[in-house]
Amino acid sequence: MTMANNTASQTETPVFYLKEEHHPETGTMLGFWIYLMSDCLIFAILFATHGVLGRNYAAGPSPADLFDLELVAINTSMLLFSSITYGFAMLQMEKGKIAGTQLWLAITGLFGIAFVGLELYEFHHLWSIGATPMRSGFLSAFYTLVATHGLHVTFGIIWLVTLMVQVSQRGLIPENKRRLMCLSMFWHFLDVVWIGVFSVVYLLGVLG
Amino acid sequence: MSAHSHAHDDHHGDGASHGTFKSYLIGFILSVILTAIPFWLVMDGVLDSKVATALWIMGLGVVQIVVHMIYFLHMNTKSEGGWNMLALIFTIVIVAIAIAGSLWVMYHLNTNMMPQMDHEMIKSFG
Repeated sequence: MTMANNTASQTETPVFYLKEEHHPETGTMLGFWIYLMSDCLIFAILFATHGVLGRNYAAGPSPADLFDLELVAINTSMLLFSSITYGFAMLQMEKGKIAGTQLWLAITGLFGIAFVGLELYEFHHLWSIGATPMRSGFLSAFYTLVATHGLHVTFGIIWLVTLMVQVSQRGLIPENKRRLMCLSMFWHFLDVVWIGVFSVVYLLGVLG
Repeated sequence: MSAHSHAHDDHHGDGASHGTFKSYLIGFILSVILTAIPFWLVMDGVLDSKVATALWIMGLGVVQIVVHMIYFLHMNTKSEGGWNMLALIFTIVIVAIAIAGSLWVMYHLNTNMMPQMDHEMIKSFG
């Protein structure tokens, strides 16, 4: 009886290992996740800097003077919408529908562009009224943290356009699917970071 | 059975789990609610206490991060054989040490550098 069980498990085992060898992309997803975690540490340090310097106004403007929460709410909704539209792109990708994937990716990119555009508009407005990073410790920390996030989104958009070109040229091949899944993690991760930004920087800032 | 699961894996391409239309929608609706409440609390000044409002903002933020992790990033204890979760826990520990440690150290530094303390010391010496 024991012998029979052993033989059974021995015949099963090679199939299992074979399966592992067929999936090198598993390593990519874990590696990309570890990259995201290291990115998370960058943001953590910038949040800590903001936590330390966030109240040092140097007799300059405070968050309540500067921030327009309605604009921030619209900006937040742009990023939230882009998260679910990217999710829809992934669902289309799993069904193997190229046109649907491209459509939802394009919509995601437009929401991303709207987000970056609104952020640049906000920065331009702040800059024009003299609230530059040089004004106070609070503003230095604010610009560093928020602009680092904005730069990530900008590069995410460039990556997204690149992948749309890749998908249009080669279709939904396994390599492109893997790339789209990496970008999916990147995009949703940036949304998670933004939760911290709007909670800590904007809402707690305006609260005083 | 084994052939079936193999084909299934080939189709999905990796060991991580994927969302469905329903799970994305649930995640989105929860996120909208969890975003709207803190904005509403601050913009309409619903609560009298600033401390209570701040605690609500932080609490709802943490809940929303968990919602995003589960419904959008598909985090669970099984994906990548648990290594995803392990890396996440490690990162959370480091982040907590970095942020809490910075605030703690700098708060004490500020307190001990307060001008009125110098003033008192001058008086006591004077």
